[in-house]
Amino acid sequence: MAKIKGLICRECKKEYPAEPLHVCEFCFGPLEVNYNYDEIKKSISREKISKGPASLWRYIDLLPVAGEGSVGLHAGFTPMVQARNLGAAIGLDELYLKNDTVNHPTLSFKDRVVAVALTRAKEFGFDTVACASTGNLANAVSAQAAQARLKCYVFIPSDLESAKILGNLIYKPTVVAVDGNYDDVNRLCSEIASEYNWAFVNINIRPYYAEGSKTLAYETAEQLGWRSPDHVVVPIASGSLLTKIWKGLKEMEMLGLIDNVKTVVNGAQPEGCSPVAMAYKEKRDFIKPVKPKTIAKSLAIGNPADGYYALKTVKESGGAIEMVTDREIVEGIKLLAETEGIFAETAGGVTVAVLRKLAKQGLIKKKGLAVAYITGHGLKTQEAVADSVDIPVRIEPNLTSFEKNLNMSSKKGK
Amino acid sequence: MAIRVRIPTPLRKLTGEKGEIEAKGANISDLIEDIEKRHPGIKERIYDETGEIRRFINIYVNEEDIRFIDGNKTAVRDGDEVSIIPAIAGG
Repeated sequence: MAKIKGLICRECKKEYPAEPLHVCEFCFGPLEVNYNYDEIKKSISREKISKGPASLWRYIDLLPVAGEGSVGLHAGFTPMVQARNLGAAIGLDELYLKNDTVNHPTLSFKDRVVAVALTRAKEFGFDTVACASTGNLANAVSAQAAQARLKCYVFIPSDLESAKILGNLIYKPTVVAVDGNYDDVNRLCSEIASEYNWAFVNINIRPYYAEGSKTLAYETAEQLGWRSPDHVVVPIASGSLLTKIWKGLKEMEMLGLIDNVKTVVNGAQPEGCSPVAMAYKEKRDFIKPVKPKTIAKSLAIGNPADGYYALKTVKESGGAIEMVTDREIVEGIKLLAETEGIFAETAGGVTVAVLRKLAKQGLIKKKGLAVAYITGHGLKTQEAVADSVDIPVRIEPNLTSFEKNLNMSSKKGK
Repeated sequence: MAIRVRIPTPLRKLTGEKGEIEAKGANISDLIEDIEKRHPGIKERIYDETGEIRRFINIYVNEEDIRFIDGNKTAVRDGDEVSIIPAIAGG
């Protein structure tokens, strides 16, 4: 692979071959893909990208796969929505939403990372894929593994939303519901991964998998007319997504695809699981793990592996990390739906509520170009809003009943 | 009886490829010292230069993260299970 030199430890810079490895065997730092940017620079251009497929594979030159994309061929390239109504409601003139609620095939940004992970897993020759998940990742792995004819095991906390459990089972993987929270699932899977020769997308395939998130940044810049936003608001679970969005923008800058990146990166967490937001608030450079208790289950990672890097990225870019209560999350979901017609899952509610808070505090400027990342669809977490929406007006199938129950007579003919 | 310690893949070169070993000690710090005697080199892999447990290592006693207990001084007793696990990505 001319575009990849191998893997490199993010901490001690020790180099490794491009194999299914994820941890530096000396310092335990996370391994990252070590690109040959000089080589990439020779062939990449705006024109070449523009002519590519309408999926994340248009950025294949910056993705860690050897051949063509072979799984998740329709993932990514989701709409960039100019949110005039939401912007007006919260006082922002130029607000955009990167709408990954309509990602293919499972309606969350995880379709991106899994497309890259499973393509790479097939290149490595694995016949079984697996993941530890708060829900969305498991959905994406289950669906894409079915299409790719790979054996599949997904591990989830047993208290997940019913739609996210069903959203695995329908594709017929082996679903293992673990009595514990995501951090318990993660710990267990790490041990299982040591014993079984499976492609665990977020464990031994992690260096490749995580790179898929960069495509959100590439699309952001391309869809805005090859420029980077002034502000982004990104939900934080493990911290990987936020870190990779920043990395993606910086790569485009380095490769001359966009001008100087001055983007301020902001993070969003639910109050019931806010280890990164707390570290930011208390000006710490280390993360204290927490026991999550929040309706935003997709963000309920109490021991975030990339929390340290997310914190660092936010500080470097001059951004902030805010947290919001369960009530504010529900309000955020409703506000987004009522203003823009987009139904987001709880993580989206967190993002919108934090966006509103940052705008109110003046940390996101009224005139600035802001992008918020809406990462998953609301039909997956219906429980969260079921009690806070109106009920239908129930009527008999006749005009009298309609007019009586909706007090329509005064509106007749208008 | 002793304490069972599960060793992650990156450290197995030091334990003769064994994924599980037994060790003794009153707390995590003692336990690592004990392992170091039989598998030299393991200590510097777990602790950084300042003597802190490395940022990307998680240690669990009976499935509980020691940062929720007493950190490096977390007490252990015979029959306990200790896991050493690298931090992993989100999902």
